[in-house]
Amino acid sequence: MDEVINRNSTIAPELKTGSGSEVGMRVLKESQTSGTVGDIYVDDPRMTCRNVNVYYGDKQAIFDIDLDIAKNQVISMIGPSGCGKSTFLRCLNRMNDTIDICKVTGQIKMEGQDIYDGGLDVVPLRASVGMVFQKPNPFPKSIYDNIGYGPRIHGLNDDKDHLDEIVETSLKKAGLWEEVKDRLDQPGTGLSGGQQQRLCIARAIAVSPEVILMDEPCSALDPIATAKIEELIDELRENYTIAIVTHSMQQAARVSQRTAYFHLGKLIEVGETDQIFTAPRHRLTEDYITGRFG
Amino acid sequence: MHTSTLIIVLLGLMSLAYYLGRKRSLNLVSGRVRDLHSLPSYYGLHTALWCGIPAILLLVVWISFEGSVVTSLVVDSLPQETQNLPSERLNLVLNDIRNLATGDIVSTTVDENMQQAADHYARLQSISHMAMFVAALSLAILAGFIAHRSISRQQRARNRVEKAVNFFLLSSSTLAIFTTIGIVLSVLFESLRFFQQIPVTDFIFGLEWSPQTAIRADQVGSSGVFGAIPLFAGTFLITLIAMVVAVPIGLLSAIYMAEYAGRHFRSLAKPVLEVLAGIPTVVYGFFAALTVAPFFRDMGASLGLGVSSESALAAGVVMGIMIIPFISSLSDDVINAVPQAMRDGSYGLGATRSETIRQVIIPAALPGIVGGVLLAVSRAIGETMIVVMAAGLSANLTANPLEAVTTVTVQIVTLLVGDQEFDSAKTLAAFALALVLFVITLALNMIALYIVRKYREQYE
Repeated sequence: MDEVINRNSTIAPELKTGSGSEVGMRVLKESQTSGTVGDIYVDDPRMTCRNVNVYYGDKQAIFDIDLDIAKNQVISMIGPSGCGKSTFLRCLNRMNDTIDICKVTGQIKMEGQDIYDGGLDVVPLRASVGMVFQKPNPFPKSIYDNIGYGPRIHGLNDDKDHLDEIVETSLKKAGLWEEVKDRLDQPGTGLSGGQQQRLCIARAIAVSPEVILMDEPCSALDPIATAKIEELIDELRENYTIAIVTHSMQQAARVSQRTAYFHLGKLIEVGETDQIFTAPRHRLTEDYITGRFG
Repeated sequence: MHTSTLIIVLLGLMSLAYYLGRKRSLNLVSGRVRDLHSLPSYYGLHTALWCGIPAILLLVVWISFEGSVVTSLVVDSLPQETQNLPSERLNLVLNDIRNLATGDIVSTTVDENMQQAADHYARLQSISHMAMFVAALSLAILAGFIAHRSISRQQRARNRVEKAVNFFLLSSSTLAIFTTIGIVLSVLFESLRFFQQIPVTDFIFGLEWSPQTAIRADQVGSSGVFGAIPLFAGTFLITLIAMVVAVPIGLLSAIYMAEYAGRHFRSLAKPVLEVLAGIPTVVYGFFAALTVAPFFRDMGASLGLGVSSESALAAGVVMGIMIIPFISSLSDDVINAVPQAMRDGSYGLGATRSETIRQVIIPAALPGIVGGVLLAVSRAIGETMIVVMAAGLSANLTANPLEAVTTVTVQIVTLLVGDQEFDSAKTLAAFALALVLFVITLALNMIALYIVRKYREQYE
């Protein structure tokens, strides 16, 4: 499996021959620059990414990615390890800024505003694009203070009652309220792994973001905790846009409406989740989801 | 031959035993290592250990008893009237005999009896040495031979060697413990002798320190008052000043180094900061005495304050500067040890760098920082040289940092410098001071360890 994926040139021959007319129609909507197969555009995007390149020092980690992220939808990003999906995810709320040698070029817009524009402050951006990490990382503080942390730094806690309310609704939305309502003053690190991860989701919700980025949120959890988180993701879709990176293709199939397949820093194919898993159009995607490599 | 020669010979024998043991194990299975219970090198080590350890133990026992046995034999051979001398006098005679035997200077005139005794002593010594040589070498060869014969395919050589290694490690760690216990006991017993002369309450609660005791009854100006409070007050005053200087600067520089500084600045500044830790304290001492103290005095003069030219302030500030790298490097380590996940979590919520540091990183690193600060306090309390040179020797009981004060360690130094009689209250006071100081630093270290342990596992 040593295919070089050049833009535009080698992609076309690799397209699987489907019913001609449908493919033809889709090709018209495909990106003109990146060589990604499938429909990168959506009608009602929350975020739009164009020509995104990421470099770690001299090494390029991500090549020319174009992708729209639709409102109130779950988009999952799959691909083999080191394919750049987490790096791409971290571009969406500028978490890569914390890495000194990391450089991002291209354009990522949210509601028409370029988030990499020099004038934009990263603080409100991260408040509206929250993030949940691979390993649950509650602060070594009480459960209450974990949730209250975000609202406090953004000045949303006008008074104690309001903060209490935020804490309660966030925990309820994350499905954790019933389990912890009697011990809000106990350290968040004392919860089980699954509870900690839901606490982290509640913590992200507490600053009322519009987008929630999840970087393999279930990889450190057991199947029961995973099921709970997946259920939660499905519920959250109603109010939030969610982008999730996952190694589990079953998980991607269960929770997401759109799926993007990454390979060696390139976005190979993107489309409706059903289509990607039942009728992938690019050979690399097919090989990956059928388990031939990855 | 000398004992060191014997040890070298023993080491040679051990190498030989290793070689032979290894070879025999290989021969047993004609080279198929798989058929042996342990690797061939373990059989070699096993033989070498048997060859070396019993002989070395014998050597240790022999050397520790040789002196007293030989001496008692010499004493028996002395004329009756010498044997009946009081023990101190007898010791002097024996000392002369030993000196005569080894060709050193003798304090009295040498008579017939002395010469005889010295010859006897030298003869016994050489017999004992020869016997030790023969005994140790034959024991080594015998034990090594038996171990070599006992090698078999099933012999659990690895387990035995591991057990021996285990024992070596254990004895190394107990050695440090026993040394500590020994120091504590020696300080304790000398202190008890001091407290027989001066009541404990006078020592601990006394407000005046003036340790000059009269040697002759008609001496003047030798009050001999041993109230330790001024010393401890001085110690704590200087420590406090040092901490006021060192903790904020050290902590802030650690935060800058760990969180803000670019890689280039960090790689340059960190070693430079740590050079401060490598400067000998005596250099800090004359820096304090010759530069800082006069500077404070002149500055005080221009502000209309009376600053003495040896002040607690000068010593404390310089000591603080000395401790900065201590605190900054310890805090830097604990701040770096806070998992990146904590920072990510905070940044991911839109916190700025300083918010993250104040609300997440410092609380998470606090136990380590507190532990580091308490260790630095112990260091400051024990520091001597800077205070000797910059803070003076007068035991003032004052909270004014502009006056001269003195500390416990400085007084210990001055009490023990020069010719002293080791049973006067003046000298014994040094041990009592050391004991109290030891208890205080021990308590601080224990508090530090307790704090660190109690909060250590908070994140994870």
